[in-house]
Amino acid sequence: MKVLNKKNIFTLIIIIAIYALVQLLLTTGTISSFYEITIATICINIILAVSLNLVTGFTGQFSLGHAGFMSIGAYAGALINMSMKSTSGFLAGILIGAIAAAIIGVLIGIPTLRLKGDYLAIATLGMAEIIRVVFLNMEITNGAAGLNGIPRFTNWTWLYLFTALTIVLINNFVRSSQGRACISIREDEIAAESMGINTTKYKVMAFAIGAAFAGVAGALYSSYFYFINPTMFGFQKSIDILVIVVFGGLGSITGSVIAAVLLAVITTMLQSFSSLRMIIYALLLVIIMLFRPQGLLGTKEVTDLFKFRRNEKVE
Amino acid sequence: MSLLTVEKLTKSFGGLTAVSNANMHIDKGELVGLIGPNGAGKTTFFNLLTGVYEPTSGSIKLDIDGEQTEIAGFKPNNVTKVGLARTFQNIRLFKDLSVLDNIRIAMHQNIDYRLPSALFRSNKYYEEEERLRKEAEELLDIFDLSHKKDEMAKNLPYGEQRHLEIVRAMATKPVLLLLDEPAAGMNPNETVHLTKTIAKIRDEFDLTVLLIEHDMSLVMKICERVYVLDYGTMIASGKPEEIKNNKRVIEAYLGEDV
Ligand SMILES: Nc1ncnc2c1ncn2[C@@H]1O[C@H](COP(=O)(O)OP(=O)(O)OP(=O)(O)O)[C@@H](O)[C@H]1O
Ligand SMILES: [Mg+2]
Repeated sequence: MKVLNKKNIFTLIIIIAIYALVQLLLTTGTISSFYEITIATICINIILAVSLNLVTGFTGQFSLGHAGFMSIGAYAGALINMSMKSTSGFLAGILIGAIAAAIIGVLIGIPTLRLKGDYLAIATLGMAEIIRVVFLNMEITNGAAGLNGIPRFTNWTWLYLFTALTIVLINNFVRSSQGRACISIREDEIAAESMGINTTKYKVMAFAIGAAFAGVAGALYSSYFYFINPTMFGFQKSIDILVIVVFGGLGSITGSVIAAVLLAVITTMLQSFSSLRMIIYALLLVIIMLFRPQGLLGTKEVTDLFKFRRNEKVE
Repeated sequence: MSLLTVEKLTKSFGGLTAVSNANMHIDKGELVGLIGPNGAGKTTFFNLLTGVYEPTSGSIKLDIDGEQTEIAGFKPNNVTKVGLARTFQNIRLFKDLSVLDNIRIAMHQNIDYRLPSALFRSNKYYEEEERLRKEAEELLDIFDLSHKKDEMAKNLPYGEQRHLEIVRAMATKPVLLLLDEPAAGMNPNETVHLTKTIAKIRDEFDLTVLLIEHDMSLVMKICERVYVLDYGTMIASGKPEEIKNNKRVIEAYLGEDV
């Protein structure tokens, strides 16, 4: 098993250590239940941002419809979990939510991903609106009132598990040949095609994987907050996710993670200045974009910081 | 044996016919030049061969394992798959990626693992990535670029960027290599190096090459046969010395200056 190399084992140890640390803080009560919601938000936002980053940051396809895929996972997860009130029902909900979102992702991706830039953004926005309107008008989803009393199975352990899984799998993907194919599309689509890359295939692949993980985030969300309705997954939500991705850096997974944490912490801290909150938040984004338009990390990863010495020119 | 046969190839952009009823045939192992004044339709001709544009009419046949196969209208990635590779007049490297990644992307079609292997890092993933890296480094080594493999493509000097584009095209394992003005913007030293590289490609890789070039002396020196395009029409073809003395060619080029 080549996967058991030093680097991967080291990563695994870090993943477990972070889990143990937060778990400890939770059991000792150092993190109060008020902040538990912040932690849940962080995890869900990381999953959403990292998966959108695959589409927008790595593959270069500007999508404004990520919340649409999230809502598919949220409704699928909630409906399954409500009729199967058990952990296996919860996990089945996540799985089916992810698959459903991926399928819709493929169906939406094939026609829209021919478009570029602004046109694609508008098309994905429209598609997400259509998904929202469908949920608004379906009987099984209870229309505008939404679904209530969804059993809560999402807890810190599951949140962390799925967040880590998302980061690891998407990181693996972007560091594979398929991932490089996606990145080449972002860099120069015409050159990519001419180097034998089936650009449509890889755009749709990135879109479907991104949608699947957004579905996971949605299912976790509905099972944590008991309650969902279509307005939660509107345009505003898609923008919120995009803000995290741009803030952290298009094409940086660790950037998305750091941005999700920072923005959640800032939002929590500003809770007591409720009226000023949105202004300060918006101002902060404007300042970041003015002084660091490539986002906190650009396309670099935190791990690249440790590679400095090896790449130094020796002449 | 004819490797590429182009017949009556035509491309119109609205009212403008950029390539008009052009014919060309290339035998295996030849080094053929394509020349013509500015705006003659040379790049458009390449874009038709490589599927970037769909021809308005005409046929492009490529010998694939002894069979003449029509490739007109193929998508660019499928044209590459059957063995045509190209460079671009205005360099189109993956600028923000490393030299090594530029090559590895071009080798993607040879990779032998699928999505699940990529996501879950199976043994096959590690084996194939190892093989890919080795092959890419070997190729860079042959063209004296291996010491730059970790540099970003955009940080290479201009001449090396042009070189890297050729090496990247080679990484797709082509049978026919199309070079669009590879010497454009190069200084005399870089041009000499380029000439050597093209010779190397033919000798060591047994490749057929079609080359667009403005630099007449370069074409006359290295090409065995030359085609001349003017206003989208092939006005002449033949050995370099024949072309040099062809009346229509002289007129086309003089006409440009007058
Ligand atoms: N996509 C396009 N749409 C409209 N016109 C085009 C397009 N591509 C090329 N043309 C026109 O076709 C003609 C031939 O252009 P092309 O680029 O093929 O010439 P060229 O021989 O490569 O010239 P140069 O030596 O300057 O590179 C030009 O008049 C050009 O403006
Ligand atoms: Mg040209």
